[in-house]
Amino acid sequence: MRNIRVAFGPVVANDDVSFAVEPGEIHALLGENGAGKTTLMRALAGLIQPQAGSIEIGGQPVTIDGPLEARRLGIGMVHQHFMLVPTLTVAENIALGLKEVRTWFPRLDQLADEIDALGARYGLAVDARALAGELSVASQQRVEIVKALYRGAKILVLDEPTAVLTPQEAAALFPVLRALAAAGTAIVFISHKLNEVMAVTDRITVLRRGKVAGSLRTAETEPREIARMMVGGEVTLPQLEGMPVAGRPLLEVDRLGLTDARGVRRLEGVSLSVGAGEIVAVAGVDGNGQQELAEAIVGLQRPDTGRVLIDGVEMTHRPVAERIAAGLAHIPEDRHRTAIFEKLSVTDNAVAEEAGRPRFARWGLRRQGETRAFAAQLVADYDVRLGSVEQAIGSLSGGNQQKVVLGRALSRDPRLVVAVQPTRGLDIGATAFLQSQLLKRRAAGAAVLLISTELDEVLALADRIVVLFKGQVTGVVARADFSVEKLGLLMAGRTA
Amino acid sequence: MSESASAAAIGFARRWLLPRSVLSGMLCVLAAFAIGALLIAAIGRDPVLAYLSLFEASLGSTNGLAETAIRTVPLAFCGIGIALAFRAGVFNVGAEGQLFIGGVAAAWMGLQLGGQPQWLVLPAMALAAAVAGAGWSAIAGVLKLKFRADELITTIMLNYIAIYFVGYLLHGPLQDPGSPLARTARLAAEARLPMLLEGTRLHAGLLLVVVVAIVAQVFLWRSVAGFRLRAVGHNARAAENTGMNVKAALWTGFLICGALSGLAGFSEVAGVQRRMIENLSPGFGYTAIIVALLGQTNPLGVLAAAVLFAALQIGSTTMESAAGVPSALTTVIQALVVLLLIGQNALPRLFRRRAVTGS
Repeated sequence: MRNIRVAFGPVVANDDVSFAVEPGEIHALLGENGAGKTTLMRALAGLIQPQAGSIEIGGQPVTIDGPLEARRLGIGMVHQHFMLVPTLTVAENIALGLKEVRTWFPRLDQLADEIDALGARYGLAVDARALAGELSVASQQRVEIVKALYRGAKILVLDEPTAVLTPQEAAALFPVLRALAAAGTAIVFISHKLNEVMAVTDRITVLRRGKVAGSLRTAETEPREIARMMVGGEVTLPQLEGMPVAGRPLLEVDRLGLTDARGVRRLEGVSLSVGAGEIVAVAGVDGNGQQELAEAIVGLQRPDTGRVLIDGVEMTHRPVAERIAAGLAHIPEDRHRTAIFEKLSVTDNAVAEEAGRPRFARWGLRRQGETRAFAAQLVADYDVRLGSVEQAIGSLSGGNQQKVVLGRALSRDPRLVVAVQPTRGLDIGATAFLQSQLLKRRAAGAAVLLISTELDEVLALADRIVVLFKGQVTGVVARADFSVEKLGLLMAGRTA
Repeated sequence: MSESASAAAIGFARRWLLPRSVLSGMLCVLAAFAIGALLIAAIGRDPVLAYLSLFEASLGSTNGLAETAIRTVPLAFCGIGIALAFRAGVFNVGAEGQLFIGGVAAAWMGLQLGGQPQWLVLPAMALAAAVAGAGWSAIAGVLKLKFRADELITTIMLNYIAIYFVGYLLHGPLQDPGSPLARTARLAAEARLPMLLEGTRLHAGLLLVVVVAIVAQVFLWRSVAGFRLRAVGHNARAAENTGMNVKAALWTGFLICGALSGLAGFSEVAGVQRRMIENLSPGFGYTAIIVALLGQTNPLGVLAAAVLFAALQIGSTTMESAAGVPSALTTVIQALVVLLLIGQNALPRLFRRRAVTGS
């Protein structure tokens, strides 16, 4: 790919990007969120057309005008979110859309045998006759890789493949990638995790703000150099210091059980407590009940068993407003759906929780001056970059939106902070800022419940880690006993 | 740097120049008239003459203006109610039925209190109409909040039930004793809205609806409850997460729409018909949906849109006799306004798609 340029309106996602991957090479495409990695790969997959630049495959210039053409050229994508039909078998999933297996009487048995053989060759153990929906996440990912290979992929693009895996599962994926490369496949490995990139890749290309910041051999570099390239400067993430001085419990969760609207049991007997001046992290692979736990605590979902106490007062079935009044602040995972009103102004979003308080309202009418002054103060305190506080919040960048959400939550001086994936989608500068704010709340004597799937974040910030697996607590680890191996086992469901 | 400068420029334009929403509404109306002109020309008539006679009739004389104003009242009452409901994310299209229920409640109250002083009778009638309209709307509210039934369906169904129910009342218990017609007895003088202009039918309902529009505008944009209403309409989940009472906001949407539509019935009964009749409304509650959309769900904008649609309807018969253009053309123009309003949201999206795909 040479001199690729992709712009969405005024936003330039890729600017003069050149990128090459050779047969038998594992090439990392590294960069922060929004650096342009995904855009570049979408251009390769034929999902978008670059405005400038050229693509060559095997030395031949090509125009990739759609996913079918990409497939014909031997480009295989493994997306972060798998595209499997859960009620079909692995073989059937792979057969979907393939002419070779015939339309009316598909040769599924033969296909299944071929898949098993293909899997065996690269150490990709998959059962071609199993239902896709019954496979673990790691197996589903292997199916996606096999699917791409069966369709003749010579260039394999993996978009953040380890994001959904436990550390052990990720470690098991790497030999597979090595075997594939040894057989001559060119592999593009998209990631923002430095240690994985160091462990498995041959070359690294770093993107920053849509441009190539550098391209180097993995063997000839070290993490610090790459980190500097990604960020464009030195940024160190904050780290928890000092011993916990946990005071009285401000949050108590007692044997919580929750069944969702589809009748799936999401939480079972979850108990935990967070004391004043303490950060307790909930770790686990995404989708193991973290969101349900957070929503039961803040009042967005009703648990069917167990209790939630905030500062000793039972709140299990109380409305959200009462919990906020009791000192709860929530920084939710899905900002756009749960935290902000995109079309309303920054001011309106900043006071959403407190619009009715005497400070902001008199005789049921809003006090515009006070409200605007508060928003302006918040914007200054939390370093939100914007044109005007009257601007719709949806027009800000993700990081700045999150700072407004954070400011709204923390400027109330809350006693209990529930933060769910608070740094997801943020660049490293914004991440550092947000994490330091959580540490500040801890120092101020608040209880912080941090729910995160980023192990690095959890290890850096938590006094204690509670691990969730399939809606149950598989272990609680104190700071003195933190280790990635131990947490990895707990995250995979093995109780300590 | 340039980002914040352009944001500031946009903010300035939004606040001080023509707001985009008003501009786009006006463009839709102009485009609808332009397409209408093509249709008139296509049947061999003169579009200029047709439009001149249309507006001459509705806005060119005292009586024409008065008739337009009279039409404006029910359209604006229902339109503002619908607009506030839309703001809360409640798609209440039951204004027609709520208007009928409000009208019959007002007439009933007026007949009950016959002979009492006007200052007592009129407010009592208005209150009865508002409560009855809100109550009728509340049926859809219960169905929505308790059983998750889509209000778009239930409110339309309730319109039919309301109209037939009122028909039953007018043929039965409330029928004028001395008359074979399906209507109530005539209201006493104390139960009629005062006239505003000598020699015309213009009644005090106009003042009432202007006051309601102003109050609604302040409510929507300045009050805490209005803010919460809008917030719930934008993103109910975020509203719940920030401690707002989502149900209360939805109820507000249902009840305000019902109450204002009920008031539309009251003003028709007490200001125009002076009794409850079977054909109280020629579809005010339905036209008001377009009016609410054209007014960009802003109470004052809705009032302006109601004046326009009232003028269209009042002038249509004169246009037919003077220019030979069927009066149904005004219905066509109304429908075109709807299509263009919906279409204009699709247009920018279409352009954006182009930009992304590029070529």
